[in-house]
Amino acid sequence: MGFDQYHEPPAELPDRTRTFARLCASLTEEAEAIGWYEQRMAVEPDRDAQAIMRDAQGEEFKHFCMDLEFLLRRTPLWREIAEGILFTEGDIVEHGEEAEEEAVEDEASRGVPVSGSESLGIGDLREATS
Amino acid sequence: MSHLLREQAPITEAGWNLLDDEARERLAPALAARKLVDFSGPRGWGHSATNLGRVESVGDSPDGIDAAQRRVLPLVEVRAPFSVARTELADADRGAEDVELEELDQAAHRLAVAENAAVFNGWGAVGIKGIAESSPHDPIALGEDCERYPRHVAKAVDALRGAGIDGPYGLALGPEAHTNVLETSQHGGYPLLEHLREIVGGPLTWAPGVEGAVVLRVGGGHFLFESGEDLSIGYLDHDVDTVRLYLEETFSFRVATPEAAVALTP
Repeated sequence: MGFDQYHEPPAELPDRTRTFARLCASLTEEAEAIGWYEQRMAVEPDRDAQAIMRDAQGEEFKHFCMDLEFLLRRTPLWREIAEGILFTEGDIVEHGEEAEEEAVEDEASRGVPVSGSESLGIGDLREATS
Repeated sequence: MSHLLREQAPITEAGWNLLDDEARERLAPALAARKLVDFSGPRGWGHSATNLGRVESVGDSPDGIDAAQRRVLPLVEVRAPFSVARTELADADRGAEDVELEELDQAAHRLAVAENAAVFNGWGAVGIKGIAESSPHDPIALGEDCERYPRHVAKAVDALRGAGIDGPYGLALGPEAHTNVLETSQHGGYPLLEHLREIVGGPLTWAPGVEGAVVLRVGGGHFLFESGEDLSIGYLDHDVDTVRLYLEETFSFRVATPEAAVALTP
């Protein structure tokens, strides 16, 4: 098993950042799988095989969304920008620019560190039980 | 600036990192409830109540109108104040490794105990029913003899299975019971801790704030902890010698499946 999701020495990273990096890696893998299924379905002539792949791709959609939601909950600035872009109508790039500008300015004006919330980030401890 | 007012405190970034790290280190081992029940959130400081999905009919409605009011469980704000000497913070900035943070440690313990007690014992004043008091199963007395703990825990697991609650199960041990377990080896030297872990098949945790112990189903949506603002350190005020701070969180807790736990009394 590789540890490619870490860009810095893992031992130097706090637990919270390692979890964040794992979920980022997972998000990437789900997005890749969605793309792979899309390609396979595009060339697959058998309708039954296509249906199975469509079902499998649906699973990847779900996994991607769960990963994304977790990351957004842990990263208020990312969440705020996402809220300005996701599920909107109109020009995506325009929404992106506006959302980023408003969110960053808002955070800066409140003196909030861009990296995340001010909580201790303890959250759910079920995996950490000894 | 958030309501925690951290930017107003005479504390450097390194000082805040020191305080946050110390608080995390002290809180994590003691937050037993979070190791056993379902956790959702954090939903932020502005989140005030948990949706219960139920309504109460309104008796005094206008003619021809059926009215019902949504029922919610308000979140409780809990805060544990503490002080830090400014000389200690200055020493930390100089690189001191033995900074005196005793009051922070005590505040962290008080908050963890309050959270565990609310979840396992209940807190009537804020509308929280605890796991132990909600259980319809007869409590099992742990007694004085630690070597009989496995029998009592196995009986609790049997009661859960009998009620149709499948595992994994977890065990929250109050401080006294936990110490007894750690100190005891059974015949042949096998640690009691490992034996209990095998019986429940899930996590076993030290639970300050719990009297006796509780065996419960872990996960599955049976016990629901909702976090508003997760544990954070905020700033109150300061003088020339001292900075006054506080640890704070908001949460609610509810039991969805009372029969998914058995209380073991001291």
